Formats: sequence, C-alpha cells, structure tokens
Amino acid sequence: MNPVATPFFFYLLAGTMIIGGILVITRKNAVHSALALITTLLAQAALYLMLYAPFVAGVQIILYAGGIMVLFLFVIMLISIERAAKERQFNKQWLVGIVAAAALGGLFITIYTTTTKGKELFPEGRMTYGESQNTQQIAALLFDRGAGQYMFAFEIASLLLLVAIIGAVVMAKKRI
Amino acid sequence: MHELIDYIQKYLDSNQTPGAAGNIFWATVYILLVFGGLSVAVIAMNWLERKILAHMQVRLGPMRVGPHGLLQPIADAIKLLLKEDIIPAEADTFVFWIAPFMVVLAAFTVFVVVPFGPTHAITDMNIGILFMLGVSSLSVLGIVMAGWASNSHYPLIGALRSSAQMVSYEVAMGLAVLSVILLTSLHGVDLGLYGIGANDPQAYGTLSMIGIVQAQQEQGVWFIFKFFPLGLIGFFIFAIAMVAETNRAPFDLPEAESELTAGFHTEYSGFRWSLFFLAEYSAMIAVSSIAVTLWLGGWLRPFPGVHGPSIAIPHIWPPADPAAPTGALDFAFALIPGISFLLLAAMCFYNVARMPKHPLFKIQTMGLAGFGAVLGLIGLVMFIPAVRDRVNDIFWFAAKVAGFMYLYIWYRGTFPRYRFDQLMKVGWKILLPLGLALLILTAAMGMRTELWAQFQEVVHGL
Repeated sequence: MNPVATPFFFYLLAGTMIIGGILVITRKNAVHSALALITTLLAQAALYLMLYAPFVAGVQIILYAGGIMVLFLFVIMLISIERAAKERQFNKQWLVGIVAAAALGGLFITIYTTTTKGKELFPEGRMTYGESQNTQQIAALLFDRGAGQYMFAFEIASLLLLVAIIGAVVMAKKRI
Repeated sequence: MHELIDYIQKYLDSNQTPGAAGNIFWATVYILLVFGGLSVAVIAMNWLERKILAHMQVRLGPMRVGPHGLLQPIADAIKLLLKEDIIPAEADTFVFWIAPFMVVLAAFTVFVVVPFGPTHAITDMNIGILFMLGVSSLSVLGIVMAGWASNSHYPLIGALRSSAQMVSYEVAMGLAVLSVILLTSLHGVDLGLYGIGANDPQAYGTLSMIGIVQAQQEQGVWFIFKFFPLGLIGFFIFAIAMVAETNRAPFDLPEAESELTAGFHTEYSGFRWSLFFLAEYSAMIAVSSIAVTLWLGGWLRPFPGVHGPSIAIPHIWPPADPAAPTGALDFAFALIPGISFLLLAAMCFYNVARMPKHPLFKIQTMGLAGFGAVLGLIGLVMFIPAVRDRVNDIFWFAAKVAGFMYLYIWYRGTFPRYRFDQLMKVGWKILLPLGLALLILTAAMGMRTELWAQFQEVVHGL
C-alpha cells in the first residue's frame, strides 16, 4: 500500500500552519488569535500523522486543542474585547524580534543546505515505522525493561508539572 | 471499465475495513452509509424522545402528523429549514457563523472509527479510542465559540458552564477508559498480565476500537463483567461522565432553561440551531458507541463465550465463513435480528387493528399498516443466510446503542437537574478518586499471579 502522505498534504498543512501562526500575532481580537492558534495546532497534529506518529497526534489534539486552548479561551472571553482592541502595543521590541527571526531562519537554511563529508544531512530515503504499532513502540521506549530508556526523563517532566500545579494553587489561594 | 469493476469487487473478498484495504470507493460508500444511518437515527431519536417522555409524563405526545406522530420529525425539519436565519447585530459574525459547523464536524468525524462489526467500520486506527475522545473534545470549542460570538449574557454563561463541565468530566472519563485499555492487554481468561515488556507483540494492549472488541471476544467476556465488580464500576463512571460530556439532563446546566433561557444556543435560529441539535444527538450516539465498544462487547452477542452443541441444517446453518462458530446457541442468536423486526411489525399491525374505524383515520391506518409491512419485510430479509451473517454484528451494535439512547431519555424523564457546585463535587470529589482507585485495582488484579509470586518470595525470605 502506498503511503497517502504525499508532498501536497505536507505543503497544505505547512501553509495552514504558517498562515495560522501569522494570524495569531496580527489579530487585534484575542479570541480570533486563539482560534488561529487552534488551527495551527490541529495542522501540526496532522503533520505528526504524516510522520507515522498517530499517538503523538492524538495526544496533541486532546491536550493542546481540546484542553489547553479551551482554558485559554475561557480566560480570554472574560476580557473586554473593545478595550483590549483599542490598546496600543507598549513594548517596542520589533527590531530585536526581526534580528532573532532572521538568525533562526538563516540557521535553518544553513543546516538544510550544508553537506558534511559528502553526505547530506537529510538522507534520501527515510525509515518508516509501522503506523499500526506506534503507540506500542512509544510504550516500549518508556516502560520496557530492556529498551525503555526515557522513563526517568518522563517522570522528571511530570514532577515539573506537579510543582507548577502546587505553585499555582499556592499563588491563587491565600489560605489553604 | 473492467478494471473499475475489479477494483470494486476486490474489496469484497479482502475481509478488512475499507480503510485498511485502502479502497477509496468502498470507504466513500461506508462514509455515506454511516452518515445516512446517523441522520435517520437522529430523526428517529427526535420522535422517540418526545414520545417516550410524553408517556413517562402520562401524555400522548405528538399524534397529529402521521400515525402516532411518525412524520413529526419531518415536519420539524421543514419548519427549521424555512425559518428565518438571524444573526444578532452585535455578534462576531465569522465566529458566530463557524461555531455550529465546528460542533457538527467534531460530532460526525468520530464515526470514522466506530466499529459496527469486524469489517463494518470506515477504518481502524492504532489510536482509535484516543481519536474518538480527542475529536469529541473539540466540540466544546464550538460551544465556547457559539456562546462568546453571540455577544449576549446567557449564551456566554452557558458556554462557560459547558466548558468547565466538559473539561472536568473528561478526566474521570479518561481514567475509566484507561482501565479498559489495561484489560485489553490480558490474554486468555486467567493468564495474568503479560503486557509491556514481553517479547510477544501480541501481549501489548491496544487502543484500536476493533482491537478492544476482539480482546473481549478472545477473553470470552464483556469487559463490564471482567473482574467483577471492577468492570462494572468503570462502566458506571463512564456512564455518568458521558451524560455530562454531552450536556444532557441531569447535567444540562449549559442549557438550563429556567436560568439561562437556552444556554449557548439562545441566539441561534433556523438551520444553525438545527445543526446544534444534530450535533448533540450524534454526540450522544458517539459516546454511547464508545461505551458499547469498551464495556458491552461492541458487535458481540450476549454470552460470547457460550456456544452450545454444534449443529448443522442444510443450506441454513452453519454460515459460509469457515471460521464462524457453529453452536446451537450461535444459531439461536443469529435469528434474533429477524425475529425482533417481525415483532416490531406485529406491534404495528396490532395498532392498526386498534385504530378508530372512523373514515377520517383511513389514511393514518393505511400508513401505519404500510410501515408495519416494511418492517416485516426487513425482518424476513434478515432470515436469508447471506444477509443474516452480514448484518448480525451491526444489529447487536445498534441494539446496544439504542439501549443507551433509551437510558438518556429515561434520565431526562426522572432526574432533577444538578446545581453547579454539586456537579463539580460529583466530578472531582467522587468520580475522580473512584477512577484512580479503579485503575490501580484493575492493574493489581491483572498482575495478581505475579504479585502473589513476589509476595511469596518476600515471605519466604523472612
């Protein structure tokens, strides 16, 4: 069976992501920005699907598009949109921003075009993992007795989140 | 032309879902079938809900349009389509316009992975259940957008309530689902958990919807009865959370009419409102089919592990598929779809006989008789062996989902609405700890042989 992930879909999704990203920073209305961000995140989930990583795509949709963005909207909706739209931007950092963006873009282009020792950085063919075993493979990488090597890092990351939760509760509630 | 026919026919021998076979033609046919069936189910549900609620309140319900109000949903649909479509002057037009589509899209997309049978699904994904939960959680975005874009107080409060409620209950729901996914990694009835770490890839659990039902088939038990009462508790957590997820009574605070007029869709009218209606009912069917797939054995008949003595009747039994079971009980259950349709037809004819004999009721009586005749014909067709073996799984799946739909109406007819703090208390203080305990206990039960061996080792060492 031929892969359905043709370059057309990649360019479509990448285009959607870029347009969404631009809309996020150019819209005055915060809710519109959030909606554009959701579009970007969904397109990113589709890109993960193209990379034969359905589990990551599913988690992306549940966590970012379904969970975090809902909470974002929750907060933004309570802001007075009219007053926020009239406010002018007060931090003048566009020069620094342009320099940083140009540096990052230059870095990407350099990496993409560089060849080291006659070999290109991106190989011609790519390894394709079985899409049908992706979840099981991730589980094996995390928890397998032999091959599992990322469990400690995973647990540390979850500990970090726990610290953030406790911090939020302490800051929000004066009396516990 | 020949190639085209070949392409279409090739799928029929493949014994796979169209998605797995990569056959675009049949995938399209399946999508259209599911979409059509779903729309009919929503229409039927509309009529049934009004009728059953009415009977619970000792009323008659719709009686005017068609025999026993059977054509009422069609009249409603025409009314909704012809209604004026109003967009409030202060509304955010674009978001207002796109919100209902978002909700409908989320509600219908999940049916891509719903397994009506081992081959009767549009496709099967490695992340099936995760996909269903994820995409159905997107519908809350549509609701929030609708509430905000209306630029009105009641819709905004309704949307806020809805998003808080759905985010809270998703947690409990996820824990209940997780306990089932643990169960899928068990192989054999009482062999203990091999699970992750074993070399056999079959020993992993699965997220695929078809895989979950196949695990129940392999273990010969619906997961609701697995590790009694653990499976039952998980099912109850999910059954409560799914009512809250779909914003139905008794958790219908986002559209509590006594406080918020109609909640998030107060400002919507006509076609846009009917999209919300469509999405609500198809979301109900979607979560019900998750519950059926995870706990009630999906397309499996009741007692999937009992077959009875093997029998053979020429031309009728056993089925053409050599892998299918041939027991007497299998035969009896294979006849139930046809019999149940015949029973429905008999009910129609009984009511034809009870119709008033006045000339004004002549057309209604004829209509009901015609409806009964169609049902009877469907029942008879279902006895043909070739049809019988193909629709059996769809029948059992649909019958179980229909049971859930009745439950939804029953809840609405009997339970008073929760207060918001009570709702949050149920979600966070009861269902969440219960779900966590369930998850740990299920894992412990799955590994009990290994845990017991380790325990004995420790005792031995002392």
